[in-house]
Amino acid sequence: MNKRISVLDLPNSYVGKSVPRPNAKRLVQGRGTYVDDIELPRMVHLAFHRSPYAHAKILSVDCDDARAIPGVVGVYTMDDLKDTITPWVGTLDHLKGIKSAEQWPLANGKVFWQGEPIVAIAATSRAIAEDAADQILVDYEELEPVTDMMTALDKDTPVIHPELGDNLCFQRGVDSGDVDAAFENAAVVVEDSFRFNRHTGVTMEPRSIICDYKPADGELTLYMSVQCPHMSKNLFAEHLGLDENKVRVICKDVGGSFGIKIHTYSDEMAAGAIALKLGRPVKFIADRLESFTTDIHARDHRVTARAAFDADGNLLAIDMDDVTGVGPYSVYPRTSGIELNQVINLTGGPYKHRNYRVDGKVVFLNKNVMCQYRGVGHPIAIAVGEHLMELGARKLKLDPVALRLQNFIPQDAYPYTSPAGAIYEMQSHHQCLDKLVEMMDYEGLRSEQKSLREQGIYRGIGFASLIEVTNPGPAFYGVGGAKIASQDGCTLRLDPTGGVTATTGVTEQGQGTETIIAQVVATSLGVPIETVRVVTGDTEAVPYGGGTWASRGAGIGGEAAFQAGKALKENILDLAAIILQAKIEDLDIIGGNVVDADGGNERLSLAELGRIAYFRGDTLPVDAQPELVVTRHYTQRDYPFVFTNAAHACLLDVDIHTGMVKLQKYWVVEDCGRVINPKLVAEQTRGGVVQGIGPALFEECLYTDEGQMINGSMADYLVPMAAEMPDIEVGHVETPTETSELGAKGVGEAGTAGAPAAVMNAINDALSPFDVVLSDMPFTPDKILRGLGKI
Amino acid sequence: MKPNSFEYVRVDTLNDAIAVLQEHGDDARILAGGQSLIPAMNMRLALPEVLVDVSNIGEMHGITIQDGGLRIGAMSRHAEVMKSSKIAEYAPLITMAMPNIAHGAIRNRGTFGGSLCNADPAAELPACALALGVTFNIQGSDGTRSVAAEDFIDGTYSTCLSDDEILVSVDVPAPEAGAVSFFEELARRKGDYAMAGLAAHGVLKDGQFTDMRLVFFAVDEMAVRASSAEQLICGKPLSEIDIDAVCAALADDITPFEDLTTSSAAKMVMMQVLTRRTLEKFIAEGAVN
Repeated sequence: MNKRISVLDLPNSYVGKSVPRPNAKRLVQGRGTYVDDIELPRMVHLAFHRSPYAHAKILSVDCDDARAIPGVVGVYTMDDLKDTITPWVGTLDHLKGIKSAEQWPLANGKVFWQGEPIVAIAATSRAIAEDAADQILVDYEELEPVTDMMTALDKDTPVIHPELGDNLCFQRGVDSGDVDAAFENAAVVVEDSFRFNRHTGVTMEPRSIICDYKPADGELTLYMSVQCPHMSKNLFAEHLGLDENKVRVICKDVGGSFGIKIHTYSDEMAAGAIALKLGRPVKFIADRLESFTTDIHARDHRVTARAAFDADGNLLAIDMDDVTGVGPYSVYPRTSGIELNQVINLTGGPYKHRNYRVDGKVVFLNKNVMCQYRGVGHPIAIAVGEHLMELGARKLKLDPVALRLQNFIPQDAYPYTSPAGAIYEMQSHHQCLDKLVEMMDYEGLRSEQKSLREQGIYRGIGFASLIEVTNPGPAFYGVGGAKIASQDGCTLRLDPTGGVTATTGVTEQGQGTETIIAQVVATSLGVPIETVRVVTGDTEAVPYGGGTWASRGAGIGGEAAFQAGKALKENILDLAAIILQAKIEDLDIIGGNVVDADGGNERLSLAELGRIAYFRGDTLPVDAQPELVVTRHYTQRDYPFVFTNAAHACLLDVDIHTGMVKLQKYWVVEDCGRVINPKLVAEQTRGGVVQGIGPALFEECLYTDEGQMINGSMADYLVPMAAEMPDIEVGHVETPTETSELGAKGVGEAGTAGAPAAVMNAINDALSPFDVVLSDMPFTPDKILRGLGKI
Repeated sequence: MKPNSFEYVRVDTLNDAIAVLQEHGDDARILAGGQSLIPAMNMRLALPEVLVDVSNIGEMHGITIQDGGLRIGAMSRHAEVMKSSKIAEYAPLITMAMPNIAHGAIRNRGTFGGSLCNADPAAELPACALALGVTFNIQGSDGTRSVAAEDFIDGTYSTCLSDDEILVSVDVPAPEAGAVSFFEELARRKGDYAMAGLAAHGVLKDGQFTDMRLVFFAVDEMAVRASSAEQLICGKPLSEIDIDAVCAALADDITPFEDLTTSSAAKMVMMQVLTRRTLEKFIAEGAVN
């Protein structure tokens, strides 16, 4: 038999082409269905009375005035819900020693952060519920809040949860090679302290849920804006004491998520409990202020780090301390320990040094909870590692690009185990950086930089090379005991008219999942893409799967879809061979028709085949039982993760008089394995870069020492906006992973991962004539003026 | 973020509006463009019981030339002001300021008078009003009165308007020969509240400034003139203006407040940069002319 080349390589493959998004037109026309668009009969709306204090004891709660307001249907404190819902604890078995306190949906005697819900009010409108929330009277005894991560473990700092013994959530270290010897023998040592600012993912559609419980059959339907419908189904079932099969999660259009919508939130769980109490649909839509004080925050880290180089510029060792101050709880079920884990796994990831030490601590604070947000740990790890490389280059008087090229893991060393224990299948750092330098005309920019400086314009060029965790296997969460699936599935059904319906466990939140699944199915099966309809986000309709997080949609969901396409094709050809009285191996499917494998003569359309299979079984042999629905699942088991890599560069000007930064241009060369849709990869990268520029220049959740967040509005919390964003040029290098046939890796987070580092390095490059080095994000005009000694 | 329950009244005449305001006192608020009031209501920071929609009142609309000066109706939308050729001719300072006011969607609804009455210390238009020496035309139950620019805003979010008074229009005097204007603000993002801003307006005659108003905003409780600095500019040949001394004198006039991310010291540096840029531009233009 002839060995055929993969369908992926055929000229009519949809894989590798920028096909348009089938859902884009509908969304642009305003015909999307977000949770708040759904109106159910007898639905009530929730609002919460939330704590104004970061840490306090609740002495009494008076709900009488609230209850008396016309339109109020129910008022609930935690005591009212305890018979309906069980508490949770955000720990995972494989994060050794991680601890957290029992968390209830509403405050249980004490409040631990400003914004924590205390009383839930259900009313016939949200406005009435808010009127009632204003009438709740709570008597507090204020407790000393713990708000400084650097003193959270001190003896005289109050312990937030006395039952835990201290404020330490999680601790992990790595000590690989001989770090002390490396520093002793180093020709050059560079060191800096970093401050990474607490920030959050700002979604256009806030967290939203409708809980519709029907007492008659004991079924709970949840309409949610979420990235992981099956995880939500499991958690609501478990904590509300329902059979998992009685809980259905329907997730229609999602207006952005960025990792915000993969966690357990008190107010959403309370909505579930209240739906059970009331037997009426309960809607909760977080408003912007609620979002700022309760959507997970991320990245609040203080790092000190140093790197050792030999006289030739070889990186010998990295040594770092990382402290991160999370909220009063580790978030359930993914925990607030993963970000530190990622920092440890990723810092210095592209480089060949064998000596590596990290001491990492995660401490509890009386601030909003922190957990996994787009890029999880990457922005910190990459900023630290890449800043040290730039400092090293400066001290060694080497070009930063040359220093990186010299220190990348040699191309023949893969698969490679890093000193942190991460295994890289194959990376393309040299190729990506070479391509980047060419794209940006690095030499030209350096000479331009020189001449601009003479005119008093301080332009900076900053680089970042990075690795990104994608396509996780069960080692990420499953082994730790969390019911978060690392596998995903795809079911394909050939419909009687020849169309194909694909249902998949991975989800769409604006990034184009449905598009790429359609591309993969159409290619794998051999049908026109217009005939493939993709269904996502309904636990009753799609195979059980993990959803979309950790950049897994294309790599895991895509492979399942690819294998499903192959399997359905086999079944179709089985039947076609019977109908056509031909041999299976002589047939193929191209363009939605069964054709002769040799020559491509059209033999039978899939519509005709469908008609016969579904309606004219009488014309088939007695033993022919066509199977035109198939499901395939995929788990990536070869590695804990499949790492991608990328090279970034940022060009910007710093106005040394005002401290203002003007971004000029940004370049990325990204290797996410096989590129399914170049435009979607580029747009994911651009969006990611913008989301990484955010914390470098603008975004920060500002807290007072008393634990009050003081910029919880879109006027005061500055998200990156179009006017300030540079043109972002994206190039691709393709190193398909051999862990799957499709060969796709993830791309969702790499932009966010690299941009803070590239921006920081560019600012420092711009300021290099002044011998100023800044590493305290975000780089506000105030901080830059201070660094320059102007104030 | 839902407002408390309120009544909405749309009136067709100033007298009707004043009647509603008289009836409800400070429980009533005038709804102009709603770009600050409505968000404040949604946050329940403003809790009016009655909103008086004045968009149908004819006298509050229109940009006209009257008695050689410019009259801008209080209900003129920012977008209309920004595009107005009359304003560009008579008060180019305002035209320069307009693109800095928020974003297109907000400028389509937000109004000239609404911004002045809101008296936000970081707003652009109160600074322009002060720099241009405009007159505010006000009507209330006691009839009409006119108020000079420096008397209209008397504090943060506070004006001289009493509960039953409405700002009807603003008169901008005709520009003198030799008038020069400059506007610049420093904001972290385009459309944001500025960290510091400067509206400058002066008159250049025979190689000297006979008048100069440097009005800073987003640095104090309200837009504020830097009088000591202004004095160092007027009445001397351009070549003798000591820009360093002018910049140093700003500290005698203003101690900037800090905002969430910008310290007082940084704001002072920014004010000095804006002053230097303004004067360098004026002097260069003056030298050419």
